[in-house]
Amino acid sequence: MQTLKIVVTGPFSSGKTELIQSVSEIDVVSTDRKITREAERIKHQTTVAMDFGRITIDEDLILYLFGTPGQKRFDFMWEILSEGMLGFIVLVDSTRPETFREARRILDTFRSYSPVPYIVAANKQDLEDAWPPGDLRIVLRIEPDVKVVPCVALDKESVKNVLLELLYSILELMDEE
Amino acid sequence: MALKGRLEDFGITQLLNLINLARKTGTLYLQNTASDKSSYLCFREGKLIYATMEGMEDNLPVILQRNGVFTADQVRMIQSNMPGKPDRDIAQVLITSGRLQPQQVIESVRSHVLDVVYQVFSWYDGTFRFEPSKLTVKGKITTSIALENVIMEGSRRLKEWERLQDELPDLDVALKFAERPTTPLRDINLSVEEWRVISFINPRNTIRQIAQNNNMGELQIRKIVYSLIQAGVVEVVRPPRPVAAPGRGKAGEREAGGESAKMRRPDVKRGIVQRLIGRIREL
Repeated sequence: MQTLKIVVTGPFSSGKTELIQSVSEIDVVSTDRKITREAERIKHQTTVAMDFGRITIDEDLILYLFGTPGQKRFDFMWEILSEGMLGFIVLVDSTRPETFREARRILDTFRSYSPVPYIVAANKQDLEDAWPPGDLRIVLRIEPDVKVVPCVALDKESVKNVLLELLYSILELMDEE
Repeated sequence: MALKGRLEDFGITQLLNLINLARKTGTLYLQNTASDKSSYLCFREGKLIYATMEGMEDNLPVILQRNGVFTADQVRMIQSNMPGKPDRDIAQVLITSGRLQPQQVIESVRSHVLDVVYQVFSWYDGTFRFEPSKLTVKGKITTSIALENVIMEGSRRLKEWERLQDELPDLDVALKFAERPTTPLRDINLSVEEWRVISFINPRNTIRQIAQNNNMGELQIRKIVYSLIQAGVVEVVRPPRPVAAPGRGKAGEREAGGESAKMRRPDVKRGIVQRLIGRIREL
């Protein structure tokens, strides 16, 4: 049995848990806790360890989706989670420009852990205040060869598209080599 | 769809940079908390065409007076002769009657617009809202100013050390020329100090070393490097990560995490990726 891993990262409250939940065949193993810090009271619960979702590909191949904890004080876990990943997705809440700088920091950190393919998913594109993916590409300084994909983490088809775009990026990289 | 947010999170420099790179057309509305003033800046295809600020008169005769073209008495006379006329009509009458040169209008409006935009550079708190395709310039005389030099000059005027430190926290990184500069170097006006920094740019020189070679303080080098980065002339090259401690992963697999780090294919067969694609499509 072979297992593969894709990591979903991004700032606090960017929608990582929802994204994994949308496609996972098991209930996401999430260690959510009630939020106690005033500054982080954007949502009632937050992921303090990690989210863990699974997609069975066939009888001898399983894809795991790992969501990183979004809060800064848990970033010591990122490197451990990134070990052996196939690729990673940086999820950005397109409606919260105050998190863009943090998204860039996370992206740089993950790139330094492992130079595997990645894409940026511009979440909450269904909301009126969402910044368009093209603008996010500019403000996050994303290179032209990296995809910035529109996303709605609660919508299964949208999440499928994000995962597929990452896998297409991996195939494109294989074609180049 | 309007872009909106807080200036504390997304500053003027970043906004202008976005508008410039995305070649946006529309109006940027700003509200500053500290001064309790508002302003708006209008852009056409990424160029600044008009700007005004609460408490700063922006009718043409006053703009011309501020630029030394007319005296206060002349302005009063013009305003009493042409009450309520739009700027375009006033300019046309004055130019036709030979009391004003078109070049004086262009220079004065340009000077006014730049005055406004450089003032808003010091707005670090408040809100912004960008309304695409909306231009609030009816009856006004517009100009067309490339934002690269505005960003450079505005950045030069940045006084807040903390902000610069926040944007460029590490001086032990090197710089390289942007692979795809947003503006050709010949179109950018560089100061002597900026040229001195430019002459040392090399992925082997850290920012700190460049400062030492030029006898520049940290504040000065931060200002210069920040303005060059914002103008898209140079990029930061991050040094390779140090080898990880034992037990924290395979150090040999690591590469530089900087802008130039090349992505590497994962260690899986193409057929496996295609199986993943096939399954996810079916979900």
